[in-house]
Amino acid sequence: MSIDRRQFLKIAGISSLLGIGATAASATHNVWIKGINPPQVEPEQAALRAAHWAMVVDMSKFKTEEDFQKTISACHTTHNVPDFGNIKDEIKWIWKEAYENAFPHQDSPYMEEKIREIPFIVLCNHCENPACVRVCPTQATFKRKSDGIVMMDMHRCIGCRFCMAACPYGARSFNYRDPRPFIKNENKEYPTRTRGVVEKCTFCTERLAVGKLPACVEAAPQGGLIFGDLADKNSEVRKIVETRYTIRRKADLGTGPSVYYLIGGMEHA
Amino acid sequence: MLEKAFEGGKKYWTWVFFLGALAVSGVYYYIQQFNYGLGLTGLSRDVSWGLYIGQFTFLVGVAASAVMLVIPHYLHDYKKFSKIVILGEFLAISAVTMCILFIFVDMGQPMRITNVVLHPTLNSVMFWDSVVLMGYLVLNLMIGWVTLSSDRKGVAPPKWIKPFIYLSVPWAVSIHTVTAFLYAGLPGRHFWLSAVMAARFLASAFAGGPALLIILALIVRKVTKFDPGKEPIQTLGVIVTYAMFANVFLLGLEFFTAFYSNIPGHMESFIYLYAGAHGHHELVPLMWTSSIFAAVSLLMLVIPKIRRNETTLSLACVMLFASLWIDKGFGLVIGGFVPNMMNQIRPYWPTRQESIITLGVWAIGLLILTFLYKIAVSVRERTAGIEIEH
Repeated sequence: MSIDRRQFLKIAGISSLLGIGATAASATHNVWIKGINPPQVEPEQAALRAAHWAMVVDMSKFKTEEDFQKTISACHTTHNVPDFGNIKDEIKWIWKEAYENAFPHQDSPYMEEKIREIPFIVLCNHCENPACVRVCPTQATFKRKSDGIVMMDMHRCIGCRFCMAACPYGARSFNYRDPRPFIKNENKEYPTRTRGVVEKCTFCTERLAVGKLPACVEAAPQGGLIFGDLADKNSEVRKIVETRYTIRRKADLGTGPSVYYLIGGMEHA
Repeated sequence: MLEKAFEGGKKYWTWVFFLGALAVSGVYYYIQQFNYGLGLTGLSRDVSWGLYIGQFTFLVGVAASAVMLVIPHYLHDYKKFSKIVILGEFLAISAVTMCILFIFVDMGQPMRITNVVLHPTLNSVMFWDSVVLMGYLVLNLMIGWVTLSSDRKGVAPPKWIKPFIYLSVPWAVSIHTVTAFLYAGLPGRHFWLSAVMAARFLASAFAGGPALLIILALIVRKVTKFDPGKEPIQTLGVIVTYAMFANVFLLGLEFFTAFYSNIPGHMESFIYLYAGAHGHHELVPLMWTSSIFAAVSLLMLVIPKIRRNETTLSLACVMLFASLWIDKGFGLVIGGFVPNMMNQIRPYWPTRQESIITLGVWAIGLLILTFLYKIAVSVRERTAGIEIEH
């Protein structure tokens, strides 16, 4: 059977209207499967692998302001996070939040201000049931099947910010303007973003892929941020979570955060 | 029939050019926003939706309200609505168009809008919202056009359109239910996490939309030779009254649950909106304006004498519409974001550019409405006195 030009244009036009052409072209695309495993080149032999990446935060190890700044700026410089110098345009992947803000409604009126304002390191919780992934209309944010990291496809994000409304941790930032002029020392190893897309912590997927720990974990004081495979019974994170008292932010919402806060770590850990 | 939109007197063209000028200034500022980014608005990482999404939400309600004419007319054979049901359907077309435009101007990457279709995501409420809105637009375009063309020819509308008209009834309910689900299914946003959200949306839509229709019908009577009739307007007035009672009742339920349970997360947004918190009172005057307008308009509507007088009825409708616009087009969205997820108050106020873009979208919507109503009215003026069985 042969088709003439007119017929071809008809079919091409209709199928592109219905999105069939593009669907067929995108091999990664399957709306029925919850997790997505993007095809990639043969992974590095040295790559760090896990079934469920998780982090334990031991705030007792953070003693000085410098400890915080080193940890935060390690992430932000590695990932070309811009500094606009104002709250309105602000973008942040990992930051410091007072106890009463990191864990709202957990304080008591008799608590000393000092305790209420104990700083906590906060970042994306890489939830087991991420609300942001559930709401995203394009799967631009998705949960990687292999290791549970909640990732972002900056090229697919349409900037609707539904994920920001859905995230109960305020972990997501939006590029309200071109971020590039506000990156002090651009890291050429990591892409910069364009305006109009949402971004957040990625547990340093790009570093894990080459066998490195996340930038914040490396820069934090020894034992401050412990990173590992929660699914592995012998991992340090698993042992801490099993045997010590840890809390998670807003765990009652059923999101299943993968960042655990060790309480009273001072003496033992 | 389209040519009717381009035949008009001096007043008509003045109005069209006025709206056109507003639309152009909106486009002008939108181009600025397109080039600079959404940083041109008052939005932030704490309040990431604002005036645009508020307008979108409000207008979905206006669009859905056409069903308040379709149900009595087509399901209950209420003949008095046969002349104005087209006004409802055309209002829906204009409102849905504005909804789509508000979503568009709110997007960070508008050029990627087709990603929603290219990567359909069944677990995203936003995907479904775009599906139902598009469907509703198509339905109303089709129904409005087919019934009006038949009217013009003086014949009854073809039978095949009936199933589509019936379908438009649940479809109208679906657009506002799905829009409510955008909000009502998010963990951690206590202000929105309410099972009555969709019901509240529908109630406020069925009050606000018909109130707007009453105002529009009175304007149409004043500026054209087409009289929508006294009785249909009165019936609409009764519908508005009942729906507004339901809306105020449902809002009351929200207050009860929040304050009787005494759960801080549930109370904080209400406190911020109506009383202010931590020294921030930005929205308090607006929210109280909304409440007072709601109470006064309801009182006016419930007294038969006031409701039956078209002057006082239209005044009540204007107040009611303004009340719902503030409540749903602004307070509802902002209240969900303040306080933020860290329980901090980070207020939001739209910028000048953002407001002009918003005004521009409204102008485009009104322009579409003007053209559509002009067409409908021209047909009605020609067929005045002829009653056609629908």
